[in-house]
Amino acid sequence: MKEPNDVILKTATKAAVVIILAFSIHLFLSGHHNPGGGFIGGLAFVAAVVLLYLVHGIEKVQKNIPVDFKKVAGIGVLISVFTGVGGMISGNPFLNQAFWMVDLPLFGKTEMATAVLFDVGVALAVIGASLTIIISISDDR
Amino acid sequence: MNNLIILPIIIPIIAGMLMVICKNMIKFHRFLSLLAIISVGTVSVLLMEQIKFAGIQILYLGGWQAPFGITLVADMFAVMLVLVTAIVTFCCLCYAFSSIGIERELHYFYPLVLFMIAGVNGAFLTGDIFNLFVCFEVMLVASYVLISLGGTRIQLRESVKYILINMISSFFFLVAIAFLYRMTGTLNLAHLSVLVAKAGQGGLMTAVAFLFLIVFSLKAGLLLFFWLPGSYSAPPPAIAAIFAALLTKVGVYAIIRLFSLVFYHEPGVTHQLIGVLAAITMVLGAMGAVAYGDIKRIMTYNVMIGIGFILAGFASFSTAGMSGTVYYLIHDMIVKALLFLLGGTIIYLTGTGKLKEMSGLIRLHPQLGWMFFIAALSLSGIPPLSGFIGKIFITEGTFHSGYFWLGGIGLLSGLMVLYSMLKIFMNVFWGYTNLTDETDKGTHRGLLLPIGILTVLTIALGLGAEGIHEYVDLAVMGLMEPGLYIDAVRGSSLW
Amino acid sequence: METCMSIIIGILFAVGTYLILSKTLLRIILGTSIIGHGVNLLLLTMGGLKKGGPPLLGLNTLTFTDPLPQALILTAIVINFATTALFLVLSYRAYKVLGTDDVEQLRGYNDE
Repeated sequence: MKEPNDVILKTATKAAVVIILAFSIHLFLSGHHNPGGGFIGGLAFVAAVVLLYLVHGIEKVQKNIPVDFKKVAGIGVLISVFTGVGGMISGNPFLNQAFWMVDLPLFGKTEMATAVLFDVGVALAVIGASLTIIISISDDR
Repeated sequence: MNNLIILPIIIPIIAGMLMVICKNMIKFHRFLSLLAIISVGTVSVLLMEQIKFAGIQILYLGGWQAPFGITLVADMFAVMLVLVTAIVTFCCLCYAFSSIGIERELHYFYPLVLFMIAGVNGAFLTGDIFNLFVCFEVMLVASYVLISLGGTRIQLRESVKYILINMISSFFFLVAIAFLYRMTGTLNLAHLSVLVAKAGQGGLMTAVAFLFLIVFSLKAGLLLFFWLPGSYSAPPPAIAAIFAALLTKVGVYAIIRLFSLVFYHEPGVTHQLIGVLAAITMVLGAMGAVAYGDIKRIMTYNVMIGIGFILAGFASFSTAGMSGTVYYLIHDMIVKALLFLLGGTIIYLTGTGKLKEMSGLIRLHPQLGWMFFIAALSLSGIPPLSGFIGKIFITEGTFHSGYFWLGGIGLLSGLMVLYSMLKIFMNVFWGYTNLTDETDKGTHRGLLLPIGILTVLTIALGLGAEGIHEYVDLAVMGLMEPGLYIDAVRGSSLW
Repeated sequence: METCMSIIIGILFAVGTYLILSKTLLRIILGTSIIGHGVNLLLLTMGGLKKGGPPLLGLNTLTFTDPLPQALILTAIVINFATTALFLVLSYRAYKVLGTDDVEQLRGYNDE
């Protein structure tokens, strides 16, 4: 079969994927006080990867990102649960969160919260689960 | 605040996720799943002791006070069920080691079972109705995969129906939650109880209660059991045993919790309806159990009779009936798992489920035969075994509340259970032996040990009913007096 | 507004029920997901369609909308997404193994 000529798509994807990934990180980080967060950030990340799948084909992308997404989901859930357990170890209820104000060199006064760790877990779980679903639906034609 | 309460939910999740990460290490999976279940059991025993001495234990997740955050409530009833869940799952896992097959083990059998246990434990321990929905879904999604795991024709066919039925009932659950939230403005069970008691349970509230009753009846197989015989006969015996022992019981637990804590103001309407539904379930279940000649069908219809009988005791809404319900619920979880494991072993040995095609197993498998006999007697409530004490209390409760018809139907259904069980026993174990020593597949310790443990438990529960009496009394007290539950959740806040 | 919403919810439920009662598996799955949307709208409506600011810190509005129904809807959407994905994969598998997507033929008379 002849390869379709999709130069425009491939070129546009190169730019678009970077923008989507940046936007997903922005969504993820803004989630602490504003709309956004791990779930939606993870989904935006998945959108970028799915775009890559569509343009370059699943096999090629999987060769370049050799990650088992089921394991990503597992690690994500573990991070979230252990953030909760962290609250227990310090004698507080499960899922209790703490935050500190830290002076970082470039960013100035920044709020560091354990809730972000929880969100990292959520994001990883969402990325892993969604990509597993998409791969398992699409890999059989 | 007591952090122990979260452990029965997160230990299975952590263990399951570790197994997902270490995918191909089956020995590790087996070891970790047993370890997780044993630690859940230990935690629940610790919790039972704490509840006995210090009353109902509470955990506000993240430190958010009720009714704003998610509250976990461990009262005696819930923790007892968590303990029995751990015991039953332990036995089913042991049985699965030698019967489930490497193919299913590699496809995440143990993690799925553990996620299901996390959902079941969450449903028992939560004090928040939306969280109850979430835990139901965790349990159900795991069960969807477990029922189709292996992908045989019958499994795929039945799992499609099972998923559809449960999705629709989940939608109804959400609808009921939406109405309840509109009318009360809260989702915390204790707070709901206070608000409903203050505003009075009017017609509209009773209608919402019926909506919840429909949802949970669908999950428990109370009257709406049309999906149950098909779905429970599809998966392999170890999975079917976990389903029969746990899934329907979670629905029963939700009915008992909701209608003893929140919607208890109109027992003449709601509880009488539950009684009628229970009676019809028992009659139809008994008909199915007597009519069919297939061992799996007979077992699934026996599940329904059990559900009907448990809720008959609850419908009487008296102290005796309620303690009968608690006793019988515990007995039913253990003995249904035992029954399904025995049935699965029989089918494995003979290669068929049809009663007409098997006979004379007792010559080759005497232990199996006698354990089946004990299970049959226990299931129908013959005195020294565990079914008896629950049966006598439930009958006393129904008679006490004036529901003579309900108690009568319960006793008659017990006779039908005995008939259907002895029908299996006589057909399978008596008669001319078809199998020769060469064609016999033989049983080994891996299959007989879990069955043996459950058999010993059902005998011990019957003989030692006095020993757990104290705990059952505490559970019943928590159910009959909603004030205890509410005060524990309320703590020092003002509502 | 509430009247409008209840009519929309009614339509979604009706369409979903019609689709679920049809014979093909794919239509049934579409039906469940449409009913799911109806349920989410119902949750939103039952939480009260008040006019008010978003429930975020740092906004100087006097009235806030109730965030709880939104949290419930988010959870319900996620669960619905997961179950629908599972249901789709499973019915595709069932279609390949059983050779039919007609629910009438999934009855299973062959035992007894």
